[in-house]
Amino acid sequence: MNRTLYDKLIFDCSHPGRRGFDLPSYPYPDALAGLPQHLMRGDAPVLPEVDELTVVRHYTNQSTNNFGVDTGFYPLGSCTMKYNPKLGDAMAASPTVAALHPRQPAATVQGALMIYRTLEYMLAQIGGMEEFTLNPYAGAHGELTGLMVIRAYHIDRGDHGRRRVIVPDSAHGTNPASAAMCGYEVSEVRSLADGTVDLTDLAAKLGDDVAAVMLTNPNTTGTFERGIPEIARMVHECGALLYYDGANLNPMLGVARPGDMGFDVMHVNLHKTFATPHGGGGPGAGPVGVRAGLERFLPNPRVVQLADGTFDVVADSADAMGRISSWLGNYTVYIRALAYILTLGAEGISQVGPLATLNANYVMHRLSDLYELPIPGPCKHEFVFDGLRDKSTGVTTLNVAKRLLDFGFHAPTIYFPLLFHESLMIEPTETESLETLDAFVEVMRAIAREASESPATVKDAPHDTPCRRPDDTEAALHPKVTYKDWCDAAV
Amino acid sequence: MSNIYYLPTHEYARVEGNVAYIGISAYAAAQLGNVVYVDMPETGDDVEAGEDFGAIESVKAASDLFAPVSGAVVEINEELIDNPRLVNEDPEAHWIIKVEMSDPSQLDTLLSPEAYAAHCEAEKH
Repeated sequence: MNRTLYDKLIFDCSHPGRRGFDLPSYPYPDALAGLPQHLMRGDAPVLPEVDELTVVRHYTNQSTNNFGVDTGFYPLGSCTMKYNPKLGDAMAASPTVAALHPRQPAATVQGALMIYRTLEYMLAQIGGMEEFTLNPYAGAHGELTGLMVIRAYHIDRGDHGRRRVIVPDSAHGTNPASAAMCGYEVSEVRSLADGTVDLTDLAAKLGDDVAAVMLTNPNTTGTFERGIPEIARMVHECGALLYYDGANLNPMLGVARPGDMGFDVMHVNLHKTFATPHGGGGPGAGPVGVRAGLERFLPNPRVVQLADGTFDVVADSADAMGRISSWLGNYTVYIRALAYILTLGAEGISQVGPLATLNANYVMHRLSDLYELPIPGPCKHEFVFDGLRDKSTGVTTLNVAKRLLDFGFHAPTIYFPLLFHESLMIEPTETESLETLDAFVEVMRAIAREASESPATVKDAPHDTPCRRPDDTEAALHPKVTYKDWCDAAV
Repeated sequence: MSNIYYLPTHEYARVEGNVAYIGISAYAAAQLGNVVYVDMPETGDDVEAGEDFGAIESVKAASDLFAPVSGAVVEINEELIDNPRLVNEDPEAHWIIKVEMSDPSQLDTLLSPEAYAAHCEAEKH
């Protein structure tokens, strides 16, 4: 495409007086006469003046600038960018779902409520939990909801002294943020060299002022926390609850259940593990599950099945924290997640984790001679490199990530987890073919060779993308987030 | 005897008389990458040795800033508000806060430049 002509802002394609259409003059000049003057605008709106063909080319070209899992490999660690089957979209778009109104009487939406309740049941089975709520909108919202359940539990039994939540130093930033949002102080527990929780440090930090310990398993280095039974025992012994961050549930799907490991509260990210869209705003969903005894603290409203087999929406638990979302949450996400679970079935679900693990280990194995592997495998669904092995070239993780864009791959997660200086975190997911993985491996190997032979090529990348390397610092200092900001800066 | 002391968390205290200029080490600045924001206390605030007094944010990460010594903030480096990149240019010249020390004996608990260099070397694995 010709980027000079059509790849500008639509306002910059504008020529005064140019029209796509000639509209007839307005035949009812008096129609607006009754409107109060202060509601009338004095000037014509400032709109781009463009012909139809320019509009079509501009937006068609813009649409091809997007990168998604539907256009290419997206190995963004910790995000589980798996393929979202189109069947889920078709189900969610069906008028029998899309045309429903949240205020419809329960008797007229029995099918929709059955879908809701069925998904809660399935998630409880998969997580090994007693009960789920689907209401939270996203993972972090689920964390907050889960912590509110934990707080309600402690207060309910008259224990008001628990002010701290413990998170590992490898945790996603949302863990300490959610704990702080819920009013808790955050204590950090160290990781050992293999990425797992340091039990000695954990023991030192536990006490009767701890409300909960939040863990991600496998953790953010892609390593399975083998100390979980011991951790669960230690946490429960001091009266705290153990929270499971479901961000990395994918490799455990159908293989192991957080509930069986001693976790009391968990959230899952439907937009990761259960193949619903994310990136570009989702919307997501972060259902929260609890073990037996904590159900009554879950938020209202709830969907229940009555004795006669029909479904209803109720808000009947006096101990519930109240509403944490409008209506029942992001409903069409549930349709997609349930479609995914039912499509795979119990047998299919139990292959997800092993295949995701196999793919990650394959990529790790094929690259670890050129990229530094701080935690030797085997990994689970993802793994972390600490940059290139050869540090003498000055080529950083950021450079490698930018160079990948020239080859049509999305960059992995970079500079997270914070345990390593040059973190490059790769999660292929189970949905990628061997051919795609091999192509990615070859490109990563080519970039490592370039780093030695022509480092400038990597340091100046990307070369072939519509937007070259932005000035991150300048963007953070003086963000131009609207067209007006951009115009003002250009003056 | 050098007049600069370090915390293992990469803050330095450069001492002149009873005043400590507190900033981050060159090693820390290099690891952080381009600094985009420095969150500082206000003049007159008290800082506590070992406690956080602000935060520094780069294109890579945000990190808490810990005070090497206790005392009252007598000045903040206002240049960093508009131009936080100065920290990358010369972190030891561009201190973040200036503190009137309440207990100079706390300096004895800090790392010497040699001990700090060894600490950084160990951190590189």
